[in-house]
Amino acid sequence: MATAHSKTAARLMISPAVLLLLGWMLVPLGMTIYFSLLRYNLLMPGMESFTGLDNYRYFLTDPAFYAAFKNTLLLVGGVLLITTVGGVLLALLLDQDFWGQGIVRILTIAPFFVMPTVSALVWKNMFMNPVNGLFAYLFQALGLEPYDWLGSAPLFSIIWMVSWTWLPFATLILLTALQSLDREQIEAAEMDGAGALARFFYITVPHLSRAATVVVLIETIFLLSVFAEILVTTNGGPGYASTNITYLVYAQSLLQFDVGGGAAGGIVAVVLANIVAIFLMRMIGKNLDA
Amino acid sequence: MGSITLSKITKTFGPKEVIPPLDLQINEGEFVVFVGPSGCGKSTLLRLIAGLEDVTSGQISINGEEVTLAPPAKRGLAMVFQSYALYPHMSVKKNIAFPLKMAKKSQSEIDEKVTNAAKVLNLTEYLDHRPGQLSGGQRQRVAIGRAIVREPAAFLFDEPLSNLDAALRVNMRAEISDLHRQLETTMIYVTHDQVEAMTMADKIVVLQAGRIEQVGAPLELYETPRNKFVAGFIGSPRMNFIEGHEAAKHDAHTIGIRPEHLTISTESGAWQGKVGLAEHLGSDTFLRVDAGPLGELTVRAIGDVKVKYGDTVFLSPDPSKIHRFDAGGLALR
Repeated sequence: MATAHSKTAARLMISPAVLLLLGWMLVPLGMTIYFSLLRYNLLMPGMESFTGLDNYRYFLTDPAFYAAFKNTLLLVGGVLLITTVGGVLLALLLDQDFWGQGIVRILTIAPFFVMPTVSALVWKNMFMNPVNGLFAYLFQALGLEPYDWLGSAPLFSIIWMVSWTWLPFATLILLTALQSLDREQIEAAEMDGAGALARFFYITVPHLSRAATVVVLIETIFLLSVFAEILVTTNGGPGYASTNITYLVYAQSLLQFDVGGGAAGGIVAVVLANIVAIFLMRMIGKNLDA
Repeated sequence: MGSITLSKITKTFGPKEVIPPLDLQINEGEFVVFVGPSGCGKSTLLRLIAGLEDVTSGQISINGEEVTLAPPAKRGLAMVFQSYALYPHMSVKKNIAFPLKMAKKSQSEIDEKVTNAAKVLNLTEYLDHRPGQLSGGQRQRVAIGRAIVREPAAFLFDEPLSNLDAALRVNMRAEISDLHRQLETTMIYVTHDQVEAMTMADKIVVLQAGRIEQVGAPLELYETPRNKFVAGFIGSPRMNFIEGHEAAKHDAHTIGIRPEHLTISTESGAWQGKVGLAEHLGSDTFLRVDAGPLGELTVRAIGDVKVKYGDTVFLSPDPSKIHRFDAGGLALR
């Protein structure tokens, strides 16, 4: 089928889809770049003027940018750590035979289907609220002072909420990987004198590395753009303590009405996301080669 | 080193008894083959010896020491699995070194043993390859290498050749036999293939439904099977069984005659029949003959016999090679 004729036909036939996709991505990207070069404030409509790279200079020299950059990395890194380690442990647990295994496995995925705004509000009002929250109640029952989670540890609280959403995703992917581990390999290791821990680290962990890579890559894409959890709980505060880059772009363009600055922030976020992606692929991409 | 004694061991999975009380003595240095049809419990028996399954009752001892409750690693046995169970993310070298590393041997000792094993098994140039890059036969050898570096009391093989193609199987059969002569270690080998059993074993254990039907040297089983099951299972093609009037002539419920002990002639003989299927292999001819009231008989003739479908032929059994069985299937002597 690989004749010159069939190749031309194939190119012709995929071209509508390719063109549509290109337009879909290139038009918004082009407009963002265009806006990022304008002095464009929503409070002064009709006064747009070309300013070159000023928007980038303001965005990058804003102290909020460094705070947001650090928070973004902490958020992504923290959630990845909790979900992969926790996911492996939970997957090991769910891989055991127990009564009601099927139901439990289905229920495990439930948090993933809860909308971010809903889960964040539930965590904020029902768990972490220092007056009415379950944690406050628990602390009081133990004779401790209630802790104001979102006020005193805002970034950690958000990491916790986001991890709660993503833990089931990691668990399920790792569980399926665990189930594809050849029983005979474990038995061979057992015959070879490997104890439970040695079997876990020498056989199970290497076997899970590919699935864990998939989890890390997919989660990173989504975690770089966490927004709803921050909006409904801390609004990025106190100060910039829980602002990530996505939230900063929102604040710039819609709270300060500076569309030009927001667009510049958006482009910076795209560049940073690509840098993170390149680093990740360098570090763990080799796990994906069969 | 390397005698294994099983006394009155049983195994049940839930309500199902897989192995009824069973006794077996395996002597030092023997090559023992467990053979039987699928589901006869031969793999389970091997796994009980290995310690991968717990016995329901009874005792296992290795070298006179009781190991019934000991974990697999403490029994000093090495096993080669049907799927080879190599560790896919480790190189051949690390695979072979794994048991030594687990035993916390020094690096120099590990290197020396791995090098020796690789030399014996012709794996030297593949030491840095991953299992995925090797052919079936090479993987098989890596699995054996991983077993021999431990210098175990006995080797356990669980249908190790069933994933190989026919030609390679013949080679590996010879290699494993050679290895046994070199190492002089006890080997227990599970297979459903009676050719492997006949060619490799010092002692064959024929199993059916968890029961031992007969234990003996290959030719002993061939010449004096204890019952109809062993008679039918050992030997290829299968023994022909004849019941009724013809059997009664020999004072038996059933008589058995092996295909190679029937002489074929186109002129005269004891039994008359029509050729059904004729397989001409050059060196041998296998014929399926419809012998009327006697049923279908398989005949093996040396060389090429010029008969074809539908021809009338005469068969004569070698009277000294007729096996007689009673109604319960036990051999009459």
